[in-house]
Amino acid sequence: MIAPLAFVIGLSMAKEAIENWHRFMQDMKVNMRKLRVHSGEGVFSLKPWMNIRVGDVVKVEKDQFFPADLLLLSSSYEDGICYVETMNLDGETNLKVKRSLESTLFLDDDSAFKDFNGTIKCEDPNPNLYTFVGNLEYERQVYPLDPSQILLRDSKLRNTGHVYGVVIFSGHDSKVMQNGTKSPSKRSTIEKQMDKIIYVLFTLLVLISLISSTGFAIKTKTQTPSLWYLQVEAHDDDARLYDPTNASLSGFYHLITALILYGYLIPISLYVSIELVKVLQAVFINQDLNMYDEETGTPAQARTSNLNEELGMVDTILSDKTGTLTCNQMDFLKCSIAGVPYGIRSSEVELAAANQMAMDLEGHVGHFVRSSGQNGQEIELEAVTASKDSSGTLIKGFSFDDNRLMNGNWVQEANPDVMLLFFRVLALCHTAIPEFNEETDSYSYEAESPDEGAFLVAAREFGFEFCRRTQSSIFVRERDPSSQEFVEREFKLLNLLDFTSKRKRMSVIVQDETGQILLLCKGADSIIFDRLSKSGRIFEEATTKHLNDYGEAGLRTLALAYKKLEESEYISWNEEFIKAKTSIGGDREAMLERVSDMMEKDLILVGATAVEDKLQQGVPQCIDKLAQAGLKIWLLTGDKMETAINIGFACSLLRQGMKQICISTNVDMLNQDSKKAVKENIELQITNAYQMIKLEKDPHAAFALIIDGKTLTYALEEDLKHQFLNLAIDCASVICCRVSPKQKAMVTRLVKEGTGKTTLAIGDGANDVGMIQEADIGVGISGVEGMQAVMASDFAIAQFRFLERLLVVHGHWCYKRIAQMICYFFYKNIAFGLTLFYFEAFTGFSGQSVYNDWYMLLFNVVLTSLPVIALGVFEQDVSSEICLQFPALYQQGPKNLFFDWYRIFGWMGNGLYCSLIVFFLNIIIFYDQAFRAGGQTADMTVLGTAMFTCVIYAVNCQIALTMSHFTWIQHFLIGFSIVAWYVFLILYGMMPPELSGNAYRIFVEALAPAPLFWLTTILVTIACNLPYLAHISFQRSFSPMDHHVIQEIKYYKKDVEDRHMWTRERSKARQETKIGFTARVDAKIRQFRQMLQKKSSVLSPRVALAATRT
Amino acid sequence: MNSNPSTPMNAHAPSSSSGGAGSPDSNAPRRNSKRPKYSRFTQQELPACKPILTPKWVISAFMLVTIVFIPIGFTSLFASRDVVEIIDRYDNACVQGSKSQKVQHIQSATSNKTCIRSLTVRKRMKQPIYVYYQLDNFYQNHRRYVKSRSDQQLRNRGDENDTSTCKPEHVANGMSIVPCGLVAWSLFNDTYSFSTSNNIQLTINKRHISWKSDRDEKFGSDVFPKNFQNGRLIGGGSLNESIPLNEQEDLIVWMRTAALPTFRKLYGKIEVDIEAGETINVVVENRYNTYSFSGKKKLVLSTTSWLGGKNNFIGIAYLSVGGLCFLLATTFTIIYLVKPRHLGDPTYLSWNRNPGGH
Repeated sequence: MIAPLAFVIGLSMAKEAIENWHRFMQDMKVNMRKLRVHSGEGVFSLKPWMNIRVGDVVKVEKDQFFPADLLLLSSSYEDGICYVETMNLDGETNLKVKRSLESTLFLDDDSAFKDFNGTIKCEDPNPNLYTFVGNLEYERQVYPLDPSQILLRDSKLRNTGHVYGVVIFSGHDSKVMQNGTKSPSKRSTIEKQMDKIIYVLFTLLVLISLISSTGFAIKTKTQTPSLWYLQVEAHDDDARLYDPTNASLSGFYHLITALILYGYLIPISLYVSIELVKVLQAVFINQDLNMYDEETGTPAQARTSNLNEELGMVDTILSDKTGTLTCNQMDFLKCSIAGVPYGIRSSEVELAAANQMAMDLEGHVGHFVRSSGQNGQEIELEAVTASKDSSGTLIKGFSFDDNRLMNGNWVQEANPDVMLLFFRVLALCHTAIPEFNEETDSYSYEAESPDEGAFLVAAREFGFEFCRRTQSSIFVRERDPSSQEFVEREFKLLNLLDFTSKRKRMSVIVQDETGQILLLCKGADSIIFDRLSKSGRIFEEATTKHLNDYGEAGLRTLALAYKKLEESEYISWNEEFIKAKTSIGGDREAMLERVSDMMEKDLILVGATAVEDKLQQGVPQCIDKLAQAGLKIWLLTGDKMETAINIGFACSLLRQGMKQICISTNVDMLNQDSKKAVKENIELQITNAYQMIKLEKDPHAAFALIIDGKTLTYALEEDLKHQFLNLAIDCASVICCRVSPKQKAMVTRLVKEGTGKTTLAIGDGANDVGMIQEADIGVGISGVEGMQAVMASDFAIAQFRFLERLLVVHGHWCYKRIAQMICYFFYKNIAFGLTLFYFEAFTGFSGQSVYNDWYMLLFNVVLTSLPVIALGVFEQDVSSEICLQFPALYQQGPKNLFFDWYRIFGWMGNGLYCSLIVFFLNIIIFYDQAFRAGGQTADMTVLGTAMFTCVIYAVNCQIALTMSHFTWIQHFLIGFSIVAWYVFLILYGMMPPELSGNAYRIFVEALAPAPLFWLTTILVTIACNLPYLAHISFQRSFSPMDHHVIQEIKYYKKDVEDRHMWTRERSKARQETKIGFTARVDAKIRQFRQMLQKKSSVLSPRVALAATRT
Repeated sequence: MNSNPSTPMNAHAPSSSSGGAGSPDSNAPRRNSKRPKYSRFTQQELPACKPILTPKWVISAFMLVTIVFIPIGFTSLFASRDVVEIIDRYDNACVQGSKSQKVQHIQSATSNKTCIRSLTVRKRMKQPIYVYYQLDNFYQNHRRYVKSRSDQQLRNRGDENDTSTCKPEHVANGMSIVPCGLVAWSLFNDTYSFSTSNNIQLTINKRHISWKSDRDEKFGSDVFPKNFQNGRLIGGGSLNESIPLNEQEDLIVWMRTAALPTFRKLYGKIEVDIEAGETINVVVENRYNTYSFSGKKKLVLSTTSWLGGKNNFIGIAYLSVGGLCFLLATTFTIIYLVKPRHLGDPTYLSWNRNPGGH
């Protein structure tokens, strides 16, 4: 009893210890990183990170991580800006600009800190990454601080030589650490449920032990004094266990005996077996070649093995966007200039949708025409992307293909001057920094957003290579269309009107070499169109159409415009602008905005761009399959709302015709109104949206919920969160944008606790760690970005698309395997353990076991454990191809069809039945008469051995009935278990009688020659398994489950004979999905039909009416 | 310990390789080392037979069981019917009176314990006729009792003092008891002698009534009873100290503790046929005390068949299971004929059964 328990506990302790040690080493590594810290008198010396204190002045060099939250004092740039990469915070790879206060700019040298003295007052440590409240007191002046001066820990200094900063929050006070969530120890639903079963069994154990000890106490009191042959009056050590004068004490002692004896009801070996099975399952996951990424050379990795079966029960997937769904790589794909669309290459979405359409339409036609032998339908979506990949994009960020624009051909187009402006907007309107790449002999760009990077690459390819930026000028190498010579042109940068999510546009005011002042503007189409001058609307209609097309194709679009400025006009405006800029106080922002607004009007539209946020390979297909498997997918991203929506379209989480419910807080309102009012407003929005969904009658209507981080702060509060959740559940897809890592975790927790369903979080960056740890299963994308998500995850895969196989194949299998295995384990231990109890009743509850100790020891170790492990490792109800073809089969897991109480108690009942059959048939058969021809009667050993043989047969035959997949391993192990029993009996019988006791030669001499023994074995085995066999036969004939039918189809090779049926069922098996390609195509087809109906209704209204009714 | 979310390792170049077709990677050899090796085992593609329970299989399985079980059932029943068994309870017949009187009588050293019983043979009994004694309500399977023996001592002369497991019957008068323990101490000691109605003595062969392996190996030929029944309490029978244990077959039989509180043990064999109608007189030396715990004592004469003693149950059980299987087979046949479900009929798939699917 103790040994296996100690083994189990020891094993898990060792596992934990190793994991903890690794974590410790990792922490040490971080803690020991060195950094220059001001140590007084203007001298900076190296200190390890862990010794950094609040108030220290530190110097961070290029490409170093910030060791704590810092206030930026100055940088190597004279205007005190620096660039940081915040990938670990929000997953975005673009650079963000931070700007120091003007008053600290002079601190640009080590020695400047000699007499520097200031006081910072700021908020308490909190997890909000995007807010900061505080001020700096320096030389009796107070300067307000805002987030743009704060360098957050775990972001990285880029493109800046060095910065000086002062530590505001260190260690666990830093915002990133505040965002961290405790890494929980996760247990699968099945294991939690198993605990409950263990309680049930434990109660049963205590109950029968109590019965047993009460019986014993009564027997001891009343009966044993008369049983003279027991000599209970004798005063040996054991006698007090049987002392009739103190029967209650004896009863108590007996309780302990009984607890140990019936301990077989609690299968400790189950824990060992499950551990072993899960490790082997994890090996299969790790070894799966279909989840091996050839590109990065990373196989899938099950980092914790105790959640395998949970993979089969997932209900909601919460996914990060950047790096998970997308590669975070923008490709310039199309553009529309002067109302003419350019770019002939199609987006992935278009390609895949077109293909799917073609496929599905064919299928639908097949419905009516009943054409036979459609072989073309088996084309998988993967083929589409494969064909695209083969054409290959050679230039990163540029997939544009149209000869009309390339190589200077654009001059021959209708409006070359508009074209020129278009390219100049691309090349000038940005905040990027060029980096000369020696290898490729061209420039690459560090841009604030990947879109900008793509624009610059595009401009470079079109012959407008942005090559240098100074504080006041931008240099572009333009290729002269006629001579193909490069000319470097200088544009004076007069003003830069920043991009903000509210403005949704950015502009630069430049002066070209001729002295012409230009305003170049790019922004969201709706914003730009509002600001066009009357004469600037020539291309509006055409451009709008193109923009719609691009949006449909899942592309990110921006409109470009310009405006020519008179010098005087500019100067007068600039005065106001400078005034606004230098004004101090809360209304500076508003003023700036107003002034910018004044400038950014009466624009002239040039065109529009379409950039493809490249999805990772196979992502739309994977999402489609997951949606078909009935999984809900939530997108949680730190990105802007527009970006998130675009991606939603790209991966078919959103589609045209879907009703988008945007819940947001008005920024103005946030400033003015009290928190309460904002909250009420949100509540109203949620309630309205909920009403709208409830009133919706169209069964195909799909809703999408889009919510931003700020609103989410309120929506996640205690009193609102359930309303929010209810709304979210009713929506086909949910997109949360601008969410902080903490919010990701909170949303995850809300879904997990609110719905009680299994959640899976998938992400790749450090900002996903909280969510990954919070979800029931955390999946990390390995191979591309940092390792933190992987380190925190339970499973690591190289690509999002492997999630499909991980869930639908491995999850499905593991769930069924573990569920069946546990049920069987309880069955077998009940069947065995209860026989011990029954026998007690016949021994005056004295605690004698009918079986030899060795039998009992071997029962769980050798004789019955191997087949059940084989069941747990190798069982497949259907093959992996079918799992993938019928994602609907996955629903068996989330519905928990194989581990509900009905089934568990069924198995337990089966165990009870078996124990009764085994015990009573045996004791009646071996009752008192001779059991063999020699006239000898059965003694305890014979009865025990015969009974045990029956148990071994019964449980091993049972597992053979349970399995549906027999490889040689299962055959071997089941056979082995039975043979091993006989071999053991023979060997044990050959041991000297001192060791084997009454079992000496029991098999060879007594049992094997006795026909009664063999007859009993057969009888009991059949009788034990009869009800189960009848049950599964009846179940199969009356209410077969999905996998039964599919097994049969496969068994009779009907899928080959009747391909039409097979395809039809496959398409039907798709859940009523509202997201994904399939849903998109279905929606299209519905639309198409409605159009047809409308047409026909003109001809014959009554027919149409009937049609709509059906 | 909190996992540290602040250990960014390689945060460079986030967006390179996962998209387009392979940009050639410099570290190709390292990559390949991580690639799982293909084998049918690791890819879970081992060839497997996937039997499914088609009606044909189910019906034939049940029919097979029926076909096998019914004949076995009948054969067993016939075998059991051929066995002739005479059971005679004599504990009450031999001693009259109240329970305490009975106990007093049986415990008294001087009382006459001889008792005559006569048995009528209704059916011809072919030799060998096995003679059993049957005790009832006797807990030979009580834990205290079962444990109280020493197999070492029984086997080896040298392990005579290996009596620690025999408590409380391990020593008497300061010396080890051979054979020690409660089991041996409570040895059954009623004796029976048989004669026919015409006063011909029926010899009882007491040789080879025990298991051969017990005689040969478990009980030593050089181990002699010693200091047995010399203690404060006298239990059951005593043993002839000049006969080695491996020839004390009554003891050997007794030492095979029975599993249930009602048990029979072999007393001897009568190796002549007894004709039907014959009356057998039995002289019982009724010494063994079952009166204290109201246990019954029975004398059993029985012949055996290939199956052993009289045992109708196994035959009945076989017939029942066989019959049940026949019933099931018939039911399934009827179902199959009346309301057949086409195997692999897709209409039974859950998405086809739920109304409202498209």
